[in-house]
Amino acid sequence: MKLLGIDVGSTTVKAAVIDENNNLIYSSYVRHFAKVKETVLAELYVIKNKFGGEYSVSITGSAGLGLSQRSGINFVQEVQAAFIAIRKLYPSTDVAIELGGEDAKIIFVTGGTEQRMNGSCAGGTGAFIDQMATLLNVSVEEMDEIALSADKTYPIASRCGVFAKSDVQPLLNQGAKKSDIAASIFQAVVDQTVSGLAQGRRIKGKVLFLGGPLYFLKALRKAFVTTLNLTEDNAVFPDNAPCFMAIGAAYHSVAVQAESINDVIRKLESVKESNEIVTGKRLFESKEEYAEFVKRHRATDLKFRDIVTYSGDCYLGIDSGSTTTKLMLITPDCDILWSHYQPNNGQPLDIVVSKLKELYALGGGRIKIKGSAVTGYGEDLIKSAIKCDFGIVETVAHFKAALHFNPKVDFIIDIGGQDIKCFKIKNGTIDSIMLNEACSSGCGSFIQTFAKAMGMEINKFSEKGLYAEKPVELGSRCTVFMNSAVKQAQKEGASVDDISAGLSSSIVKNAIYKVIRAGSADELGDNIVVQGGTFLNDAVLRSFEMETGKQVIRPGIAGLMGAFGAALYAKENISGESTTADAADLENFSYASQSGLCRGCTSKCNINSIRFSDGRKFISGNKCERGAGLKPVSADYDIYDYKQRRLVECVHGAGANTAHIRGTVGLPMQLGMYEQLPLWAGFFETLGFKVELSEKSSRELYFKGQHTVASDTACYPAKLMHGHIESLLDKGVDFIFMPCESYNIDEHCSVNHYNCPVVAYYPELLKANNERLTDDKFIMPYIDLNAKKSTVKKLTAALSRFKIGKREVVKALDEGFARLELYQKDVKAKADEILWKAELEGKQVIVLAGRPYHLDGEINHGINKLLTSLNLAVLSEDSVFEKGEAVKVDVLNQWTYHARLYRAADFVSKRKNVNLVQLVSFGCGLDAITTDEVRAILERNGKLYTQIKIDEINNLGVVKIRLRSMLAAIEEAAKK
Amino acid sequence: MSVKDYTTEYPKWDKSMKSTHKILIPDMLPWHFLIIERILRLEGYDVEILKNDSRAVIDEGLKHVHNDTCYPCLCVVGQYVDALKSGKYDLERTALMITQTGGGCRASNYMSLVRKAVKGEFPKVPVVSLNFSGLEKDSAFDMSLSLFLKLLYSIFYGDAVMWCYNQTKPYEVCAGAADEAREKAVNLVVDKFARGGYRKYEKITKSIIEIFAAVERNAEKKVKVGIVGEIYVKYSGLGNNNLEKFLLSENCEPVVPALIDFVLYCIINVVNDYEYYGHNKTTAFLYKIVYNYMHRMQKKIIKVFAENGAFMPVHDFEHLRACADKVLNQGVKMGEGWLIPAEMAALAETGVPNIVCAQPFGCLPNHIAGKGAIRTLKNLYPDENVVAVDYDPSATKVNQENRIKLMLATARENL
Repeated sequence: MKLLGIDVGSTTVKAAVIDENNNLIYSSYVRHFAKVKETVLAELYVIKNKFGGEYSVSITGSAGLGLSQRSGINFVQEVQAAFIAIRKLYPSTDVAIELGGEDAKIIFVTGGTEQRMNGSCAGGTGAFIDQMATLLNVSVEEMDEIALSADKTYPIASRCGVFAKSDVQPLLNQGAKKSDIAASIFQAVVDQTVSGLAQGRRIKGKVLFLGGPLYFLKALRKAFVTTLNLTEDNAVFPDNAPCFMAIGAAYHSVAVQAESINDVIRKLESVKESNEIVTGKRLFESKEEYAEFVKRHRATDLKFRDIVTYSGDCYLGIDSGSTTTKLMLITPDCDILWSHYQPNNGQPLDIVVSKLKELYALGGGRIKIKGSAVTGYGEDLIKSAIKCDFGIVETVAHFKAALHFNPKVDFIIDIGGQDIKCFKIKNGTIDSIMLNEACSSGCGSFIQTFAKAMGMEINKFSEKGLYAEKPVELGSRCTVFMNSAVKQAQKEGASVDDISAGLSSSIVKNAIYKVIRAGSADELGDNIVVQGGTFLNDAVLRSFEMETGKQVIRPGIAGLMGAFGAALYAKENISGESTTADAADLENFSYASQSGLCRGCTSKCNINSIRFSDGRKFISGNKCERGAGLKPVSADYDIYDYKQRRLVECVHGAGANTAHIRGTVGLPMQLGMYEQLPLWAGFFETLGFKVELSEKSSRELYFKGQHTVASDTACYPAKLMHGHIESLLDKGVDFIFMPCESYNIDEHCSVNHYNCPVVAYYPELLKANNERLTDDKFIMPYIDLNAKKSTVKKLTAALSRFKIGKREVVKALDEGFARLELYQKDVKAKADEILWKAELEGKQVIVLAGRPYHLDGEINHGINKLLTSLNLAVLSEDSVFEKGEAVKVDVLNQWTYHARLYRAADFVSKRKNVNLVQLVSFGCGLDAITTDEVRAILERNGKLYTQIKIDEINNLGVVKIRLRSMLAAIEEAAKK
Repeated sequence: MSVKDYTTEYPKWDKSMKSTHKILIPDMLPWHFLIIERILRLEGYDVEILKNDSRAVIDEGLKHVHNDTCYPCLCVVGQYVDALKSGKYDLERTALMITQTGGGCRASNYMSLVRKAVKGEFPKVPVVSLNFSGLEKDSAFDMSLSLFLKLLYSIFYGDAVMWCYNQTKPYEVCAGAADEAREKAVNLVVDKFARGGYRKYEKITKSIIEIFAAVERNAEKKVKVGIVGEIYVKYSGLGNNNLEKFLLSENCEPVVPALIDFVLYCIINVVNDYEYYGHNKTTAFLYKIVYNYMHRMQKKIIKVFAENGAFMPVHDFEHLRACADKVLNQGVKMGEGWLIPAEMAALAETGVPNIVCAQPFGCLPNHIAGKGAIRTLKNLYPDENVVAVDYDPSATKVNQENRIKLMLATARENL
């Protein structure tokens, strides 16, 4: 009797046979391309032909569960299987790390056995690596190879693929070296494993590395070994790593009744498609219906003119997108002379230049470019390189283009490779803009990645969906979830056709219900124009029409609308001669790029500088003007800048008030401390403590505390707190002080005055997950600052070891409150000054409204500076809310910080030159409630609402588009 | 200071609607609503517990509430909208009822979110608040002292039925016997409400225990799995993908702590607020009396369980508080707060170290009291074997079950 283990993963099938003498006589590793049952059967036939005989069989793996249930073959959970194999083969192991296609697991063998898997929202797995390789346009093997020659790594979020993409794309666009990016991607996977999986437990001792990616990818191995600081002896990479679980499953089969291989095959063959999967409506019932559909959409195609015979004026539009570059040349009558669409492979400038040369050659001196405009991520670079006449924001370009197809258009939705953009049009201007948040971007490139994973071209893959019998319902959230939904459907036996159709409908639902968040299709308006490359996919288009119940316009140039809009814009707005580079200019054009760190300030932006052959220079990656070598816009108009400086001034200095120093207290600068620092600094300094603040927030600081993060879906400010604690511990303070406050200070304009649960109780989590935080190192009393008597009692008790009298505590607390009051007064006075100056100079003012801790530059990513560089004045919610009235809203108004938001919105509504941008931390559950209310207040008063979601991702590109679109809309509205 | 009113109109509930309206209740607490539904009918209310659980429920939820709002809210709204759209109800004469607890968690906003979600499409459907804290004065369910007591007692009885059933079902020799016992027990309880004598809780609890004890059970040793977490996903099968059924199918005994503990938790938090910060002395005093009254009941019920001996008794709430103190401060009072680690500790101490900590994806209090507390618990109870499972409209069953199976594999090994 032999033992057989089959491991069915999300992308591969692994099999292992162990003979009577305990020898591994067979093992294999094959990709299943969603054909799970067939692949397993094929493996079984191989084994049958090789060995025949009887086997005790167990199945394991995430996709193996269904197969086991329906065939009646024994199942063992995969981590368990790994555990069995570890004890059999590598008994001296301390920790095992296994990365699979979509799972990541960690097993602590010694020192208290623990087995953990990644949560449902966590990338850092094989699928993530695949996705990143696609983005870099290399194979996984190539990525591995180039990563080995990297010089540096960039910080990349690996929590989920979508996030990482937002980090990688700008790097690519800035021309960072692929090898460095590749290494950064592997480093991100390591960081994710260390923080997300180990959750506060240190990985040490003998570490066993398992699973396909860790077996095949040398650079990934290297990153793990370096990060974990392992010696050669302690880093074990078994030869049978890829099929390790299968071996474990085989060992697990010892207790299973043996049966002949033919019986096993028969059992598997009898497995039928279950009816558990939910299916949707078919896209098309017949070929005729499809033909009709195609005909209807053809009707809106534009006319073409032949560039080879045309002579006369023309206008050029360029859309330099995040993944693709689009160019279009039109005649004054808006006929298409020439167009081009291609993936930019991170080199948008090369493409534009070579295509322009091609275009001039085709035109043979007969055409004259009268005007040009560029839009998209690469706008600044291209504009500067080829001297376009205009650089316009994407939303404006798309709106221009849509107007051409339907002058009555009231809703535009654009689904591209990386993003979804929607705008509502009211009274001929863009009324509201919705871009996909980082978490809901199951966009076009998603289908593409999927098609690739299935071994198919995107066109063929989506075509398959058109006549699918039973499209699968796949839900509508982020890519990671979608992957596991597909996995489940595959497990249930759904066909590729059904999955293809299901994905198309998912994308549509994602757009309608996540990005637009429409209650019903009627909210979208009556004249809808859909565009973006993804809508060229008929399955997606059909799904959209079915979901909305409306016939929409999809221009034949759906993928080129940005470029077309830019060309139209140039045509309408040009006056005088065009500056666009001509054929001769291009002949001599060349450039050299160089990347490095900006030393303008402490932000240390990664900047990239490009020098053109005519001596001009272009700098990107910088957050403020300093990086570009310009003088910074005056901080006089920026309350964030003022607050950042004023806040730390609340710490007066060591022993200012007493000769005798009682000790050093560490105050961690995040969450509530951003509001209450003046209070606690005053309190402790009066008592004779030296106040030490934690290090300034940075990505590095976050990584420093990452290993103690217990819940990786908490907001970034909270997660950053862990680094601040580490920083204070390293500074050797006597103790760290961080109170727990269910209640915030009552500002008398809300029903209650709670803190959010995270701000209120985060000290508990910090203490529970950091072994360095002992009772005497971490003081976290439960206090309510509104109840002075009890607060004094609590503080006296908390500081009992310093033997401080009640009266002293009262005095110190009074000084604390006095400092807090003064700080708030100064901030408000500064806000008045900014408002007044802005009014005088006719400047637009933005209230950048969030929470006090959004003041942290690592949290807001310098959005305040971005705003001042756009010539705006910046205020904050806490500096203006008192100018707004107290409000009654539809929801329970019971959190202090949220009440400020509502009042700030009310204030904004009363001022002509003031608008509001709300900053929302990703994962903030409370803002799911406040955002809708703030929006309602603003919209009721005819104001625009703009929301920016922030996280550890540091991608100001998207933010800039949003802000510029908002400004364009404000300007348009003012014109009318 | 003047106050600017940004509220919008919504249909209100008034007492007269009792005779004209049907009240729909979401399936939040399947065990307790079995009894409460029938009691409210006895009181003259035309109520119906919604049992719709198709994918359409989740889809409607997704459409009608903010993407980042927690899953329970989405399920509740989904059930309402799906039901109202079904055509089964007269939209002029239907109301929706939801429970409200208040507090610093965003869950205290469900009421407003339900209203917002529903009023557009169903302008004549009022939302009624069932609460004990005086919230929503203009649309609150008319709560007399007698009804209050009835609901309170039915929570105790619902707990007893759930508790006995879970200890019977996995071991029943005759398939379906435990379900028959459940029906019998529920009928017995409702009968007491109908005919009087419902307050003889010791006698009634004893009868419930005897009904289940009479079911023939085998002596097989099974893995016991505790379920703790956010209140909705802890009890509602719609919220947790029928977790109890799944555990039964995995040959385990689900151990679901009593709902009354959550009620006691809410009450004692008010008392704590006085003791911590000196808030609301009078209210705290009254709450303390109510608390003592209920806790005395609980202790007597535990005694009844112990005397009979057929089943493990429910937890003593004072023991839960002592357990909480070992893990974190009772000041953590938002959402289910300190009750979660308290239950995890108490379960470990009573021979149930295997636990599913169920929470909606991104649940704020759970970051701290759930996932954040597991490390401390592991240090206190080395056997503790917890899996934190997130519930979410798109999290797949296969993913969740796979993680639970991992926990079970460890549990079986420890058995």
